[in-house]
Amino acid sequence: MKTFTYSAALAGAITLAAGMAQAEVTLSVLIDNNPETVASMEALTAAYTAANSDVTFDIEQRNGGADGDNIVKTRLATGEMADIFNYNSGSLFQALKPQETLADLTAIDGQANVLDSFKQVVTAPDGTVRGVPFGPAMGGGIFYNRKIYADLGLTVPKTWDEFMANNAKVAEAGKVPVITTFGDTWTSQLFVLADYYNVQAEVPNFAADYTANKAKYATTPAAMRGFEHLEAVFKAGYMNPDFGVAKFEDGMRMVATGEGAHYPMLTFGIGTVKQNNPDNLGDLGFFAQPGPDAGKNGLTVWMPAALYVPEASEHKDEAIKFLNYVASVEGCNTMIGAAGASGPYLIKGCELPADVPPAVSDMLPYFQTDGMTAPALEFLSPVKGPALEQITVEVGSGIRPAADAAALYDQDVEKQAKQLGLPNW
Amino acid sequence: MKRRSPYPYWFVLPAAVVFVTLFLLPTVASFWFSLTRWDLFDAEFIGWDNYRQFFREPFLVQGLVNTLIYAFVTSGAKTVLGLLLAVLLTGGIWMQGFLRSVVFFPVLVSTIGVGITFAALMHPTKGVINLGLGLVGLHGPAWLSDPALALYSVALIDIWKGVGLATLIYIAGLAAISSEYYEASRIDGATRWQQFWRVTVPLVRPATVTVVTLSLISGLRSFDVIWATTRGGPGFSSDVLASVIYKQYQAGFYGLATAGNVILFLLITIIILPLTWWFNKREIDL
Amino acid sequence: MSLRRNMARQRNIGIVALIFASVIFILPFVYIFLMAVKTKQEAALFLFSWPQQWQFWQNLVDVVKTRNYMLLLAYFNSTVITVGAVAMLVIFGAMVGYVLQRRPSGWNRVIYGCILIGLMVPPAVVPTIWVLQGLGLFKSIYGMILIQVAYGLAFSVLLYRSFISTIPRDLDEAAIIDGATPWQVFFRVILPLLKPVTVTLIVVQSIAIFNDFTNPLYYLPGKENVTVQLTLFNFQSQFQSQFNLLFMNILLVTIPPLLVFIFFNRQIVAGMTAGAVKG
Repeated sequence: MKTFTYSAALAGAITLAAGMAQAEVTLSVLIDNNPETVASMEALTAAYTAANSDVTFDIEQRNGGADGDNIVKTRLATGEMADIFNYNSGSLFQALKPQETLADLTAIDGQANVLDSFKQVVTAPDGTVRGVPFGPAMGGGIFYNRKIYADLGLTVPKTWDEFMANNAKVAEAGKVPVITTFGDTWTSQLFVLADYYNVQAEVPNFAADYTANKAKYATTPAAMRGFEHLEAVFKAGYMNPDFGVAKFEDGMRMVATGEGAHYPMLTFGIGTVKQNNPDNLGDLGFFAQPGPDAGKNGLTVWMPAALYVPEASEHKDEAIKFLNYVASVEGCNTMIGAAGASGPYLIKGCELPADVPPAVSDMLPYFQTDGMTAPALEFLSPVKGPALEQITVEVGSGIRPAADAAALYDQDVEKQAKQLGLPNW
Repeated sequence: MKRRSPYPYWFVLPAAVVFVTLFLLPTVASFWFSLTRWDLFDAEFIGWDNYRQFFREPFLVQGLVNTLIYAFVTSGAKTVLGLLLAVLLTGGIWMQGFLRSVVFFPVLVSTIGVGITFAALMHPTKGVINLGLGLVGLHGPAWLSDPALALYSVALIDIWKGVGLATLIYIAGLAAISSEYYEASRIDGATRWQQFWRVTVPLVRPATVTVVTLSLISGLRSFDVIWATTRGGPGFSSDVLASVIYKQYQAGFYGLATAGNVILFLLITIIILPLTWWFNKREIDL
Repeated sequence: MSLRRNMARQRNIGIVALIFASVIFILPFVYIFLMAVKTKQEAALFLFSWPQQWQFWQNLVDVVKTRNYMLLLAYFNSTVITVGAVAMLVIFGAMVGYVLQRRPSGWNRVIYGCILIGLMVPPAVVPTIWVLQGLGLFKSIYGMILIQVAYGLAFSVLLYRSFISTIPRDLDEAAIIDGATPWQVFFRVILPLLKPVTVTLIVVQSIAIFNDFTNPLYYLPGKENVTVQLTLFNFQSQFQSQFNLLFMNILLVTIPPLLVFIFFNRQIVAGMTAGAVKG
């Protein structure tokens, strides 16, 4: 109710201002073309325009992945960026040179609602906050098909060995144990990236040493395990026959409909199932990537993307007002209504509905217990090599052994660090 | 008063302005930018580091080898197939006009369209090609996702798409050969096979020069078909120089990407320049 | 008698060639068409089969309506770029080829050097963006047209130069004696004679420019600047589970080049004969 009066007051104020010869304004918005992103943004802008009739939006979509990185960087650097855009938080955010290109959002009203854990990953080197969260936090782990688990009498694995034992039983039953979709190369990185909770449980200093050019994947056994897992799955023949060309949406369909038992992925895939196979949403389960020790298993977490306003925007004030709305509980509820609740939103007082799909309720306990989650490495270190997805495809296709791949990735990382001009490299 | 030439140099001016500003100037600038760490916001001079880094790129050697394989395979196949198709399509066969058009059809489709279509046709389990092979009892490979095969599958698509243009150039070349040569050789009792080797091949040489040069250059620079199908994958197995460069660009390593561009330019020069020189030297009349 | 046997043989070769060409060159097009008219579920099977249910019209409407009629805007933009760039390539290219062929001098080496560079050198993308920005042409249709001209010039100059060598000099001499200015000689006498090679150039370049996707991707960002190939590129992820629409899109963007080809088909070879392949 509070937010309602707030936005009504805002609307009133703006209408009043409009009466005093305030021109109507159209804000340009650039977002990625993920169905969840598009649905959320359309709902947010529609609701905002309904309350503020003089503000309209022009939404432009871009590709995700490396193509998208490219578009965002070039347009920002050339001053052609939209008034509002969404982009990753963490290491990719840092690569945008936020203190030069993005508007300072530290003091805007909306930040009062934003959880500190999120503010950290959109904080520029000078200590200012430059974004507001857009979408829910995600877990990186393994989707599983609950029907197959029930039929075969399997239990959720806590260790990698238990996971492989489950896979063996699934294979015996004639189903695909581990769905693999190298047709979208980025999906190949999950076993490595989602293993980070297990890495930091064993080597707590890894992120800091890694950033300082002291720790390496190839020389840290815990870090190399992700590559070894991928290799083991390939060697055991647990992948689907078309693993080289299948795509992300195929993977989500297969795990939801029970063509396969497991799919290593980020939880935003829940939204895809909701769009494409809503009837199977109830069969979709989720668990964190198992590690060596059942007592130290937890979830690797991805922070949501953020909305930013470029410093050069001509409508900075209007854009920031919209961001205040996005960071409000009302805005948060609008997003839940449009895209569904696939994970916790990082807005104070924004609760998920009680009847979330099972994959989400599988994930929430990790968030509710202290120490059961760890941010993915890309939120702790600016260092991330661009060729990881190709290297993991190689490991997962049997082209390159795990140890070799880890060493190669270290080289790739070195190149990136040098190109960023980081100290110590 | 000196007589003004009827062929004034200002005729060159409009073309020169466009070419110099939008092609030469950026190319020259790229030599400078290739010596910098450049993130579009500012460029910091770092000497030869980008070149050192590019040569240390683990996949560069494979990318180089792939570039050469790809360029020579596609160029060779387009030349040979183009000539054979042209001979066939100028021999007065049935439905000749229609067949000529058909061979040219693939040239009309955009690379992206071709990429999407062949990704579907070459799908390892559901694709038409492998289902067809299955009908005759063969087990088709994973065309685009088998690391040993991906580069050649892409080359095959490239040939399919480009052979129409080569054929067209050859048809034109054949039409320029006077029929007297064929009659003379027939009177000498030459078989069709001998005619092909002794009359057609030598006299169609100008067309061959055009086809070889153009297809080799486009093969060395080739990027579109590869990017629309495998993106250099699986892993790095179908990476060529142009796709390695593009990935550096995508990662935001603009100085490094620009250095790669300079290297690609040098590679093309050391292959094409001697070739054109050799072609020109052997030119009998010009 | 041997003539008849010969004709029979020609027809047999023709039939065999037709079968081969059909399998290799036509089948993929039939496939595109069949996929384009299927339902979403049927297209997802990738099969080469007759559609159980025809959805031609609905798929067409769906694709055209996607993202607020983006495809129509894309057709408009692509047409403007193609027509503008090809017109300039024809006139500028012919002018350079004309001077180059008619007036041998030390400058010719420079021009030949530029042609070779233009054919060989891969364009330096990021520095080009930097230049375009300096000129205020980045993200504009005009900038895109000029880029296509800069990239296509080398080929068209080469084509024109060799064709002009087949036009007798007497023609321009006669016109000059009649008191024509260089401008008149070129536009009234030479350019009309270049028609065959111009047709070839129009076909080859308009298809290349219309189908280009890399350059618009780099130099023409922005929703209002979308070109037809970019729609395909953009819809690729959006239509990931709707292959019928993706293939309908391919079908639709292939139609303009096909029309150009059918319209000029007979004249292409003539231009090539005189142009490209003569030293």
